[in-house]
Amino acid sequence: MNLTFSIALTHVRARVRQTIVGIVGVATGVGFSVMMAALMEGSQNDFITQLVDALPHISVTDQRREPPRQPSEDAYDAAEIRGLSTPVTRPGIKNPYAIIASIEAWGAGAVAPSVQSKAVLRFAGRDTAASVIGVDPRLEIYVSKLGTQIISGSLDDLYKTSNAIILGDGLARKIGARVGNSVALVGGVGRTVSANVVALSHSGVNQIDESQSYTLIKTAQILAGQTGLVNEIRIKTPNAMDAREIAMRVEAETGYKALSWLEANEDLMSALQIRNFIMYAVVSAILLVASFGTYNIISTITHEKTRDIAIMKSIGLPAKLVRRIFVVEGLVIGVLGVLIGWALGLAMSWGMAQVEFKSPFMDATRLPILYAPLHYAIAGGVALLASAVAGYFPARKAASLMPVDIIRGAS
Amino acid sequence: MSGPLIEARGITRVIDGKPPTTLVADIDFAMTPGEFVAITGPSGSGKSSLLYLLGLLDTPTKGEVLVNGVATCGLNEEARASMRLSQLGFVFQFHFLLPEFSAMENVMLPMRALGGRSEAQMQKRAFEILESLGLADHAFKRPDQMSGGQRQRVAIARSLANDPLVILADEPTGNLDTHSSAQVLAIMRGIVDSSRESDRKAIVIVTHDLDLAAKADRRVHIVDGKIAATPE
Ligand SMILES: Nc1ncnc2c1ncn2[C@@H]1O[C@H](COP(=O)(O)OP(=O)(O)OP(=O)(O)O)[C@@H](O)[C@H]1O
Ligand SMILES: [Mg+2]
Repeated sequence: MNLTFSIALTHVRARVRQTIVGIVGVATGVGFSVMMAALMEGSQNDFITQLVDALPHISVTDQRREPPRQPSEDAYDAAEIRGLSTPVTRPGIKNPYAIIASIEAWGAGAVAPSVQSKAVLRFAGRDTAASVIGVDPRLEIYVSKLGTQIISGSLDDLYKTSNAIILGDGLARKIGARVGNSVALVGGVGRTVSANVVALSHSGVNQIDESQSYTLIKTAQILAGQTGLVNEIRIKTPNAMDAREIAMRVEAETGYKALSWLEANEDLMSALQIRNFIMYAVVSAILLVASFGTYNIISTITHEKTRDIAIMKSIGLPAKLVRRIFVVEGLVIGVLGVLIGWALGLAMSWGMAQVEFKSPFMDATRLPILYAPLHYAIAGGVALLASAVAGYFPARKAASLMPVDIIRGAS
Repeated sequence: MSGPLIEARGITRVIDGKPPTTLVADIDFAMTPGEFVAITGPSGSGKSSLLYLLGLLDTPTKGEVLVNGVATCGLNEEARASMRLSQLGFVFQFHFLLPEFSAMENVMLPMRALGGRSEAQMQKRAFEILESLGLADHAFKRPDQMSGGQRQRVAIARSLANDPLVILADEPTGNLDTHSSAQVLAIMRGIVDSSRESDRKAIVIVTHDLDLAAKADRRVHIVDGKIAATPE
């Protein structure tokens, strides 16, 4: 074996306790860094996924960013026209399917219309307010998770009878309705529709499950008194991060306000950036502290080995070789520490992933953990570098001693 | 055949300080092949200091040390270290072995650093040297498992590892009993006498022991850092 390695390994082996302390120091540093990173980035990704899933990537509504132009503004070339009353327009998006077709044509993504209306559910002599959302089952499955959230039935059951309705399971429990029951819906404009409960939905968020129900577009339009109009067109873009650009194009082409999820959550996204910064600061601090531990141990070993260094140098071993011995010792502690640290980090991440959180407002969830090789590589790399540096500086100092000074002192 | 193995020309070593200390002053000294020289003198007279200068462990403030004809004072530490490794062997007053390594490993250390031999060759040579010093039974013991005399012999074995031109020993028998001292001395005598005519070794030892000094070929007496007349 190489001389440097055999001396370094012998030193390390002869100092079991110190070596173990060093390895444990590096290992806990690496382990906790990896776990912190897995937790922080995992929860961030989870948060974004939830945001992205909860809302459509882009929501096109009939709101406008500026008031509509007045006919008189087009007719007269005046600097300012005062005192005009805002023209009355029916709310809603006209010709939704033509717009959907045009948006789909250039590949914005999956597109689906929806009608939002409020209704009073009358069942068993009791009235309960609920929102009734009109959806197109064939298109809906491509833009939202509603299709996967249907229990005891499916979204296509809306086609089974002329007026079918899917109730949130919380809502159904509240009013006591079951699949097969018939409920009366009283719309805002006073129209009453009788509908058959064909299925239940469960999103996991209690507030939604206790207040929402789904029907076909047509049914909701009747309730809202807005035949032929929809309130919202939702777009799921192929890549969530492209939503902003696509929304701008949709808005320019249709004239309706297109809001991307990124724009809608601007404040949250900047909060995430601050959180990221905090995460990197904490992880760096953990690694730094672990490095100090390594430095302390290697410099103690070199200090204790001053006499040996004098012997080796007086025999004529080059200073470079003596220096390398201690750098290798640092690296041995570093490598073992990193390997154990990786295992520790993986185990702790796994352990964290087992923790279950119960919430009265939501289904029980687990801590979201991201297993990213990059985290392991960075934590390992930094720890190794720190161990090498921690070995190098004490070694350089020791190797530059004149052997005669030590021998004089010792004899 | 050739000139002196080690030659000191007017070397002086002054250590800075207030006041400056003169360790050795204006010493001329030469060792020819096959010589066994003893340096004697009272405690604090500068014997060890002179030995460090001759062995390239220290650099004189004035004068020049030549090893095998090569002037060394202008060389950098790396070059001096390599000369120590290949041409000089040291035995210190206290054995100075690496504590975690066996006798074999200690003897092999200079060989490994110098290179050029296979692992098997190094092991064979190390064992032979230890055996010739009566340490065959102790070859695989660590220093803390051996007696003082045995350790001192391991140190001698290590100084022989790279077949040096000169062995420099600082009171090698300083803390040994009469029997062990005699043994160590006999070994050193043997090293010089048995070295081949073509590359005869030389040994210089520092000693308090006048009996030992009397067995040397030549005696150099130091008083206050200077060579003095040898007292009878
Ligand atoms: N680093 C130093 N600074 C100042 N003085 C020193 C230093 N090293 C040695 N001396 C002094 O130099 C003188 C010579 O020391 P040296 O060790 O060479 O003596 P020595 O002849 O080997 O003595 P001993 O027989 O006791 O080993 C001593 O008086 C000592 O005190
Ligand atoms: Mg001395």
